Amino acid sequence: MVRAVSAAETAARTYAWAIQADGLRVRAGRRMAVDGLDLAMDTGVHGLLGPNGAGKTTLVRSIATVLRPAGGTLTLLGEQVNGRVDLRGLRRQIGYLPQEFGYYRRFTVREFVEYMAWLKEMPSAETPGAVQRAIERVGLADRADDRMKTLSGGMLRRAGIAQAIVNDPRILLLDEPTAGLDPDQRLQFRALLRELGTDTCVLVSTHLVEDVAAACTDVVLMDAGRLVFQGAPAGLAAAAGADTGAGDSAAERGYSAILRRHRETEA
Amino acid sequence: MKSLEHIPAALLRRYASGDAGIAADALWAVEAHLEWCASCRERLGAVVATDDSETTSLLARVQANLAGELSRGAQMPARRWPRRVARWAPPGLWPRLAMTTLVIAAALGLDLAFSNVLASLVLLVAPVAPLLGVAAIWSAGLDPVHELVVASPRAGLYLVLRRTLAVLVVVIPALAVAGWLAGAAPARWLLPCLAFTAGALALGELIGLNRAAAVLALAWTSGVIAPTVLTARPPLLLEPATLPYWAGLVGVGAVVLVLRRDSYTGLRRSTWFGR
Repeated sequence: MVRAVSAAETAARTYAWAIQADGLRVRAGRRMAVDGLDLAMDTGVHGLLGPNGAGKTTLVRSIATVLRPAGGTLTLLGEQVNGRVDLRGLRRQIGYLPQEFGYYRRFTVREFVEYMAWLKEMPSAETPGAVQRAIERVGLADRADDRMKTLSGGMLRRAGIAQAIVNDPRILLLDEPTAGLDPDQRLQFRALLRELGTDTCVLVSTHLVEDVAAACTDVVLMDAGRLVFQGAPAGLAAAAGADTGAGDSAAERGYSAILRRHRETEA
Repeated sequence: MKSLEHIPAALLRRYASGDAGIAADALWAVEAHLEWCASCRERLGAVVATDDSETTSLLARVQANLAGELSRGAQMPARRWPRRVARWAPPGLWPRLAMTTLVIAAALGLDLAFSNVLASLVLLVAPVAPLLGVAAIWSAGLDPVHELVVASPRAGLYLVLRRTLAVLVVVIPALAVAGWLAGAAPARWLLPCLAFTAGALALGELIGLNRAAAVLALAWTSGVIAPTVLTARPPLLLEPATLPYWAGLVGVGAVVLVLRRDSYTGLRRSTWFGR
């Protein structure tokens, strides 16, 4: 199915980066979970890696315009996010799959994605087509009219991705999307990611280094709320060097080597 | 630009058979003519039907396949109501509304059983009855998709008010019926009921809607319901003379909401009491 391209989509961009953070600080509870982060990302698939508690989810929630930055600046699609900006226009261009993806058990997949499309203020004439397209892209077309409570964990994740992409976002935030997917579904998901990354800024938070190495054009590594490394997946593998750190693949060894070196210089 | 001539029959036959020998300019003229001339399209159809068995059989095959697909099963399921209702009252709210109705029914039962002993419980419960539902309309704990709702463009006071209206549409008729049976006139409880709802919404932006509703319900229960039940004296705060003050409170709540109409849109400050 071919989607109509609107004038707004082909208009010239007036910003350099889809997501840009300068000295960003975001609080999670009492802790400063993101603490002085500098980051710039544009179209492509960006894998956000880091140990548990590194501030990945807090960063994603602040880019989803759920949390207010405590300091620094966050600029999305050329608009600085603070108290005053018109968030509605910005939010229409963001897709978000939270880490704890909640859903309505009695809704069918189609009803749920339609409800989300309504929340995203999509024109009602376009909604049914967009919903069907999103469901087909995640490979759930044969279960579209089944209730959510009958779906397996992997299917629920895919329904979550469908609601995130239903509005054709320019910024797509996926927090731990591969949790609960079987190996075959992970391969399909990587193909979908590559496809989405051709015209969208996709940020995928994960702790599976091999997902990042396989599907991402860019790796962002965080530790303790700061940026430790940003570069191509090959750079992550190269960072291992002669270092024989923990890990089964070159990318995993690079991941642990970079983290260890960073922690040694911090200490 | 319309040409006065129609397509000659010989040319039309060659076009229908897909003849590659038609000159480009003639082909262009034929197609441009066909676009606006219905009678020539009809003639083309007739030519294809008689001369071109390949195309006719293809069309017949496609038609047969499509008819088979279309007759198999419903295209659109009939269950449209859940998502229509969800735009006003999300599913997380439904159990709360059922609970509220039960509380009102229980109060009515007690009223009818001990009609001479107690001040009307329906009257006492009425002001805080919507709060049970109001607490659930903007809370992460009670709405599973709350995280998605607050990140969506529609998040904001308008959506909160829409859901509040859904709560009131259920609660006020339930109270009206119970009040009529228990002898509590709507004039005595309607304004307090609206005042508590508006107050919870105004306070909710500061401390969270579920906390605001809990604080107000607790204050009313400990300050008015408990003493009235214990002393068996009718509540002074719900005497007809107090109605202007309740109307004033509704007004204050409405003014606060209008002044802070950007509330609930927002970026949340992560506070010490959690996310």
